[in-house]
Amino acid sequence: MKLSRTLGLAAAAVLAAGTAQAEYTNGVIKIGVLSDMSSLYADIGGPGSVTAATMAVEDFGAAKKGLKVEIVGADHQNKPDVGSSVARQWYDVDGVDVILDVPNSGVALAVHGVTREKNKVFLNSGAATSDLTGKACTPNTIHWTYDTWMLANGTGGAIVKQGGDTWFFLTADYAFGHALERDTSAVVEKNGGKVLGKVRHPLNNADFSSFLLQAQASKAKIIGLANAGGDTINSIKQAAEFGIVQGGQNLAGLLVFLSDVHSLGLKTAQGLIFTESWYWDLNDQTRAFAKKFAERNGGKYPTMVHAGVYSAVTHYLKAVEALKSDADGAAVVAKMKEMPTDDPLFGKGQVRQDGRKMHPVYLVEVKKPQESKGPYDYYKIRATIPTDQAFRPLNEGGCPLVKG
Amino acid sequence: MFELLGIPPQALFGQLLIGLINGAFYALLSLGLAIIFGLLNIINFTHGAQYMMGAFVAWMLLNYLGIGYWPALVIAPLLVGLTGVIIERTMLKHLYKLDHLYGLLLTFGLALIIEGVFRNYYGSSGQPYQIPPELTGGHNLGFMFLPNYRGWVVIASLIVCLATWFVIERTKLGSYLRAATENPTLVQAFGINVPRMITLTYGFGVALAALAGVMAAPIYQVSPQMGSSLIIVVFAVVVIGGMGSIMGSILTGFGLGVVEGLTKVFYPEASATVIFVIMALVLLVKPAGLFGRTA
Repeated sequence: MKLSRTLGLAAAAVLAAGTAQAEYTNGVIKIGVLSDMSSLYADIGGPGSVTAATMAVEDFGAAKKGLKVEIVGADHQNKPDVGSSVARQWYDVDGVDVILDVPNSGVALAVHGVTREKNKVFLNSGAATSDLTGKACTPNTIHWTYDTWMLANGTGGAIVKQGGDTWFFLTADYAFGHALERDTSAVVEKNGGKVLGKVRHPLNNADFSSFLLQAQASKAKIIGLANAGGDTINSIKQAAEFGIVQGGQNLAGLLVFLSDVHSLGLKTAQGLIFTESWYWDLNDQTRAFAKKFAERNGGKYPTMVHAGVYSAVTHYLKAVEALKSDADGAAVVAKMKEMPTDDPLFGKGQVRQDGRKMHPVYLVEVKKPQESKGPYDYYKIRATIPTDQAFRPLNEGGCPLVKG
Repeated sequence: MFELLGIPPQALFGQLLIGLINGAFYALLSLGLAIIFGLLNIINFTHGAQYMMGAFVAWMLLNYLGIGYWPALVIAPLLVGLTGVIIERTMLKHLYKLDHLYGLLLTFGLALIIEGVFRNYYGSSGQPYQIPPELTGGHNLGFMFLPNYRGWVVIASLIVCLATWFVIERTKLGSYLRAATENPTLVQAFGINVPRMITLTYGFGVALAALAGVMAAPIYQVSPQMGSSLIIVVFAVVVIGGMGSIMGSILTGFGLGVVEGLTKVFYPEASATVIFVIMALVLLVKPAGLFGRTA
C-alpha cells in the first residue's frame, strides 16, 4: 500500500558555505540515506538513520570546517528496482555523493552495483549479506555494522557449543535469508551439529503457524530464525503461542535488533541469545549518544544500524576532508581504508581491503523482566568477540580485491 | 500410515486446521467488504486500516485505560465503527452517484493517511498485546498442538459470519437493506430512512473489520502496516467469491485460507502468490466470481 514517494525527509544540516572550494561536486557534500521508511524494517534503520546521519554531520563540526553538507532521505520500499532507480536518480540528477544505510540485502546488492557503475560511495549499515564483502565486493562499498557471517559465527557457534546441535531454519526467502542460512549452516556443521531441514517463507509474512508446525515436526533442538524485523517478531511471538519452547525446542534469533526486543516485550523475548555489534549501554559515550538520539527520534533508542550510520558518516567526512574532494568514489573509499577509524560509538577500528569495517561484536542475552531497570534496558553482554575473530577471515570471502 | 504427496497425515491435518484459522480472518474481513460493496457500491480500501485501528484501539484501551480483551471486543468495534459513520456522513455520501474509481481513490487515500499517522506515533515494529489469560495454553490434539486462542478465533468468527449472513438474507431488516440498494427511492417512499440505513451499514462493515483487528491483536504484533499486507489478499478473496456476495465471501475466505495453508507445506515460496493465481484463473473462467451473479 505504499505509493512511490521520495521523502524529502531531512534537508537538514545545510550548513554555512565557508570557503567555497570547487573540489566538491556541485560545491556540496550530499549524503543520501536510503532505507525502509515505512515497512517492517523502518524502526531498525528508517527515519532514525536520517537522524543519526544528521547528528554525525553536526558532531563533526562540518560548518566550522567550511564544509557544506546536505542530507536527503528516501524510501526503497524493500524493492530492489525502486532502490536502484532512486540511487540512479540521486547520483545522476540530484548530485548525491554517498548512499548510507540500505537495509534489505536484496536492495543493498542492487544499490551496490549502481554505485560501482557510477563510481560513487556506498556505506552499508542496514543490510546483512556477507556477499557485499565476499564474491560481490567492489572498491566503492564499505559494509559497516554487521553481516551474516558475523551473526552466524557469534550466535550459531555459541549455541552449538551449549548442546544445540540439531537445527531447523525458518528462512526469509530472499538474498539476506539465504545468506544467513548458508553461513549459519556452515558454522553449525563445522562445530559438529546437523541441519535437519528448512522452510523458506515470503518476506513480510504475518502468519508463521504453518512454518512453526513444520519446525516442530522436524524435532530439531534449535529453530534458527534466518529472518529479521517484523518477521522475527511474529515468529517469536507465535512460537510462544504454539508452545514450541515448552515442547523442548529452542529458538535462535539470528538477527534481532533492539527495536524488535522493545516491540516483543521482555516477557516474550527473555532469554534469547544473539549477536549485536553495538549496544547503547556499553560506556559513557554510547549512553550519551543514545540519550541525545532518543530525544530527536521520538524517544526510541538507537539500534546498531543507527550507530553504524553515525560512525560511517563520521569516517566518510574525515576522508573527504583529507582528500579535499568527493568526486572520485573509489578514491574516497581507498582513503577511508587507509585512515584508521575512530569515533565515540565504535572506538578505534579500521576498514579492511575487502570493504569490511572491523570492530568487536557482542554476544548478548535478553534480560528477564525483573532484571530490567526500564524501557531499553534489555541486554546482558555474555561475551565480547574480539575484532580478529568477529568477522570472516580476509582470504575466505572470495573477494577479488584481496590479493595473495 | 499412509502418506499424501510425501507429507505425513498428522502434518496435513495440522496444516488444514491452521488454514481454517487464517481463513477465519479472511472471511471476517471480506464479509465486511462484501456488505459495503453490495449495499453501498463503494470499494472500501480503508478496510485494512480499519482492521488495524481495531487492533490499536484494543491496545490503547489496555495500556491507557486498563480495559482488557473482552470489553475491547465490544468497545473497539463500536469506536472504530463510529469513525466509519463519520467518514460516510462527511465524505463517502457525496460519491455514490459517481464512478467506483472515486470511492476507491478516496478510501485508498484515507488508508494511507491513517497508516501514516499511526506509524508516526507508534513506529513500525508494533506493540505487544498478550493473549487473554482465559485463553492461554492449548490442547494437544494428537496431530498438532492447538493454542486455545486460535480455536476461539475460528469459532467466534464463524458465529459472527453466519449471524451476519442470516440478518441480511433472512430477516426483515435485511430485506429492507437489500431493497434499498435495488431501488432507494421506492423504499424511501415507504417511510424508511434510507440514508441513515446506508450510514449504519457502512459503520457495521467497518466494525466487522475492527472486530477482526481485535481478534488478531494477540496473534500478530499490533503494528500500523498489519492491515496493508492483508487487505490485498482480502480483496482477492472478495473478487474470487463474487463482489457483493455475502455467503460467497464467507466460503471463499475459509476455503482460500486452507489453500494457502497447504501451499505453505508443499511449496512455501509460493504461499504469498497462490491466492492471486487462483484469482486469475477464476476470473478467466467465471468473471463474476464463484458465487457472483452477472447483472
